[in-house]
Amino acid sequence: MTYRVGVDIGSTAAKAAVLDGDAVAFTLCEPTGYSGVEAAGRIEAALEAAGFPLSACRVVATGYGRVSVPYAEKTVTEITCHGRGAAHLFGGSGVVVDIGGQDTKAIVLEGGRVAKFNMNDKCSAGTGKFLEIMANRMGVTLSELERLARDGNPTQISSMCTVFAESEVISLVGAGTPREDIAWGVIESVAAKVRPLVPQVQGARYFLTGGLCECGYLVERLGAALGAPVETCPQARFAGAIGAALSVPTVADATIGRADAAVPTCT
Amino acid sequence: MATRDLPAIFEEFDEARRAGFVKVMNFKESGGRLVGYLCSYTPIEVIEAAGASGVALCGMSNEPVAEAETVLPKNLCPLIKSTYGFAHADKCPYTYFSDLIVGETTCDGKKKMYELLNEIKDTYVMQLPQGQGRAWVAEAWREEVRLLKEEFERRFGVEVTDDDLRCAARARNRFRRAMVELFELQANVPPAMSGVEMMTTALQSTFAFDVNESIEKVESLLEARRAAYEAGERPISVEAKRILLTGCPSSGVIKKVGMSIERNGGVIVCLDDCSGERTQRMMIDPDADDILGAIADRYLGIHCSVMTPNGGRMENTAAMCEKYHVDGVVDLTLTACHTFAVESELMRRKMEEIGVPYLHIETDYAPGDQGQIDTRIAAFIEML
Repeated sequence: MTYRVGVDIGSTAAKAAVLDGDAVAFTLCEPTGYSGVEAAGRIEAALEAAGFPLSACRVVATGYGRVSVPYAEKTVTEITCHGRGAAHLFGGSGVVVDIGGQDTKAIVLEGGRVAKFNMNDKCSAGTGKFLEIMANRMGVTLSELERLARDGNPTQISSMCTVFAESEVISLVGAGTPREDIAWGVIESVAAKVRPLVPQVQGARYFLTGGLCECGYLVERLGAALGAPVETCPQARFAGAIGAALSVPTVADATIGRADAAVPTCT
Repeated sequence: MATRDLPAIFEEFDEARRAGFVKVMNFKESGGRLVGYLCSYTPIEVIEAAGASGVALCGMSNEPVAEAETVLPKNLCPLIKSTYGFAHADKCPYTYFSDLIVGETTCDGKKKMYELLNEIKDTYVMQLPQGQGRAWVAEAWREEVRLLKEEFERRFGVEVTDDDLRCAARARNRFRRAMVELFELQANVPPAMSGVEMMTTALQSTFAFDVNESIEKVESLLEARRAAYEAGERPISVEAKRILLTGCPSSGVIKKVGMSIERNGGVIVCLDDCSGERTQRMMIDPDADDILGAIADRYLGIHCSVMTPNGGRMENTAAMCEKYHVDGVVDLTLTACHTFAVESELMRRKMEEIGVPYLHIETDYAPGDQGQIDTRIAAFIEML
């Protein structure tokens, strides 16, 4: 039995996904920490402990730390992997929004393949890093920030730059603005900054992958900004790793890019 | 011709740069005249007809950008900052020893930078029209070329005759034909050489003092590559995805973007920036009745995003995609180059219309975003 394994070393979180046939048999996620190589080592140990020793695995690595995984037989970019992973989870056509720790990407899928993509420039606006910094500044966790935002009144955070936006939040705090309202502004700011990256495709389905897919309120507000509902599921956090596992070279390579295949994992 | 001493900072230079300074100093001391230029709109035939050497000034490195930012705004194109920074820091031998710098009113950033550059080095600015469509434009630009000729005549105490101009045009035509033939070797499947080699050759040819030296170098490289290909050598895999690189001048990002494309499974088969085939293909009739007008017309026909409208660029790129069997187009914008940044939308639409995958990247000379550039380029090539 050979398992196909994807290892996704992101800037914030390191993920792995094990495929048994086409089914996701195991996933794990942990902070990347300082060293991608060490994160890859911890993943190797965790896989072994879960019953997937490297001797039984074929591994493809992705993420910004993709070159730090010594046991990977090849590397594939996270853009291709999130596309493949999303095609596997949701079906082969639509627009994938991956909000990552340092990059946000919008990927247009056609027939299970990446047809085009956009990626934010070297700036953390509209990324997970932005939310992390704002939550830290407000002294709350990400899920608390979300909960607060639901009860907030419209408050604008207009700075495009994370550093300036942080100053703006500090000013709002200083002015006695309720935390709920600031939280509302923070979530809205992410949705507003992601929107221009995302190609508007008539009638397309939109999927969210990456570390924020369990943030229900953000998903709602992203949908409002895009003018279409955004679909996601807890496994979408692992879309990059799943896509990497699907990129393990096979004889037929036919499992890659299952065009509109009905995969009932989640929708 | 007056010469000047080596700059005070000379002792701090590494060996290669010292050698560069000494080479240019010797050229000047033996009576050579040096004119620095920045742009493919500079009518180099006029420089050469005046008995001077035209060299491209080094605006291709991140090294002097920090120094430039002590004077210029940060949010400016890296090429402009780098050019000014080299002059300000006395680190470019060509700038340092040039008798004159010739600029044109191409983009707003450059034309205002020239006012500051003129404080360091005499800078003569040609007024380039903003479009090619109106009848008076050709006349106005011919007049600008004539004024440039007069500037050289006055400055160098020479007379530039029509025969001098015809002779210069013949030499440049020969150089350009060799460059185009070198570029065309890349139309083969697989191509004859790496795009990085092609880009480096194009860049190096802009630093020679003598056009005949450039001709000889390019013609011998052309013969070597052609012979190797005909003998069955295939240095590039047939699997490599064939990329056309368009947009801003790319010489400052040969490593950052060019090598990234070729490290990630691609090969640049067509260089479609202003030093590429699009511009090199344009020749001058050396026997034209009005040789000065023929020179002016050749340059006015160049398609840069500073012209409005500039539809010819998109049409030409579409034709190049076919000629070079292109799999994907990478459109490079240097940070804060507004004209190419805005025009990228028109290029994207054109590529969508002809069904060629398209990637737009915006970057500068700093290494900070190399990881993101690599990811974007690798993902694009995976997609093809």
